[in-house]
Amino acid sequence: MLARLLRSGTLLPLVFAIVLALGILLPLLMMLTISLNPDEQDILISMGTLRSFIPEVFSAQNYVDVWMDPSRPFPRYLVNTLVITLSTLLISIVINSMAAFVLAQGTLPIRKPVLLLIVATIAVPAESLVLPQLMMAGWVGIIDSYQVQVLPGIANAMSIFLFFQFFSRMPKELIEAARIDGFSFFQIYRYIAMPLSRPVVSAIAILQFLEVWNAYLWPVMVTRGPEYRPLTVAMGAFFGTNQRIPWGDVMAFAVSMAVPVILFFLIMQRQFIASVMSAGVKG
Amino acid sequence: MTINSHSRRQELAMLVPAMLFLVAIIFVPFALSIWFSFTDQRLVPRPIPTSFVGITNYERLFADRLFWQAIGNTLLFAVLVVPFQLAISLAAAMALNAAIPFRSFFRSVSILPLLLPMTVVVAIWSMLYRIPTGPLNLVYQWFTGSENYVDFIGGSSTAMISLVVLSAWASFPYQMLIYLAGLQDISPELYEAAKLDGAESWQRFRSVTWPGLRNVNIFLLILTTIQALKLFTQVNVMTKGGPNGATTTIIYYLFQQGYTTQKVGYASAIAVVFFVAVSAIALMQRILLKNEGDS
Repeated sequence: MLARLLRSGTLLPLVFAIVLALGILLPLLMMLTISLNPDEQDILISMGTLRSFIPEVFSAQNYVDVWMDPSRPFPRYLVNTLVITLSTLLISIVINSMAAFVLAQGTLPIRKPVLLLIVATIAVPAESLVLPQLMMAGWVGIIDSYQVQVLPGIANAMSIFLFFQFFSRMPKELIEAARIDGFSFFQIYRYIAMPLSRPVVSAIAILQFLEVWNAYLWPVMVTRGPEYRPLTVAMGAFFGTNQRIPWGDVMAFAVSMAVPVILFFLIMQRQFIASVMSAGVKG
Repeated sequence: MTINSHSRRQELAMLVPAMLFLVAIIFVPFALSIWFSFTDQRLVPRPIPTSFVGITNYERLFADRLFWQAIGNTLLFAVLVVPFQLAISLAAAMALNAAIPFRSFFRSVSILPLLLPMTVVVAIWSMLYRIPTGPLNLVYQWFTGSENYVDFIGGSSTAMISLVVLSAWASFPYQMLIYLAGLQDISPELYEAAKLDGAESWQRFRSVTWPGLRNVNIFLLILTTIQALKLFTQVNVMTKGGPNGATTTIIYYLFQQGYTTQKVGYASAIAVVFFVAVSAIALMQRILLKNEGDS
């Protein structure tokens, strides 16, 4: 085995892959082990030793604590994150793909300048706009709501651009044939272009999912309490005060938060990898 | 003719929603940002009306020692994290592109950090960095044989390094996947030819892999730099900009000034400066990639 690996030149890559995997799995294992230990005192004593990597006790106590804590209601945060993420994705994909289809296959003379304007906004860092956005949200009176967390994610120049690239590569004959068959422009988009663009939709959805699911700066500024607060902000709130950190609870919270995404990834693995890779090619 | 105008109305109706969102979410805030930066705008309205103050905010900003410290910290972070993270990403991509056993298992594992929200990553690493008896301190004591511990997060010389390691761990898979795509775009024939010429593996890397990744490298260099300049979440959760401002970044300072102390006018000046810097970097990418296309 070793000789064969040496001969094919894969020994070094294999060693690196093993080190890398350990560097990722050990911290995750520690997160899991500590989340299963209900004894805070014991967690502190065992921290860093082998016992913090291999679970000895399997207790759901921390999970019960975290899920039932009325001052930090995990289920509520989870619902909030899900509502925000799913509505952002749904609205954003419909609105951005429609606009992109017009820009790619429409006849409006303003398409070119509009496209240039959109491409120019791709580089605008969202972080530099949060304060005026916060002021505007205050004027409209939607601070501490779902809307205020959904709306900024809908305008996504990158998403429009990726859809545009896909739609402009669609064969003109296909569009023309549909037009002759009596399809309106919207019907061509709805019944021909969209069904064909499933791979792009999933690529854009996955990239945007990560962005919205992980959002932190904006939700910190626009939420006031557990009612509309997402998971990320609730997690961050464990830290920063000078109180002792309840490691068992923090890790149970972290595991509860990570598991849905990891499951989603395992199901969608192939599309996931393809979507990140395709985002890079556009460079 | 009627069909045509009908179709145009439809097109307009399909384009307008996205435009409205872009205007409301990007263009209007952008314009407001510039306007606020010339005023003494506060987050919560005061009895005294907001007034135009000219370039006062910019003058104060460029004389603000804390702002320069934030710029210095942000640049330091970028200079440290970009090469470190890209090196790990490239090495990982090459390892996972080789014909190693259990390759798909290793690929799945190495993507995991990307799926964890940054706040979860911070929680995990706060545990690893814990004093006096965290895993990393035990490793340190084991290697050095001393009884002392390192205050990774609380020490002014180690706090930034701690953020760098954590951040690279959290986001290297993204760059790794893009490198992997880049590696797969390099024609296998080039490697065959290099092998026939008797090139050793290091020479094959120098003469085939590295030049083949030129565009990917430029793209990732810019992407990772911009990502680094936006550093906020890790700082806000883990170090709060400390110790003694050693990890206060531009965005963290903007947040402090504009949100915590509510000086929107002053913070908008920070936002404008930040925007100009990021645009300059993005523009550099365009130019670098365009040159490649010409030659």
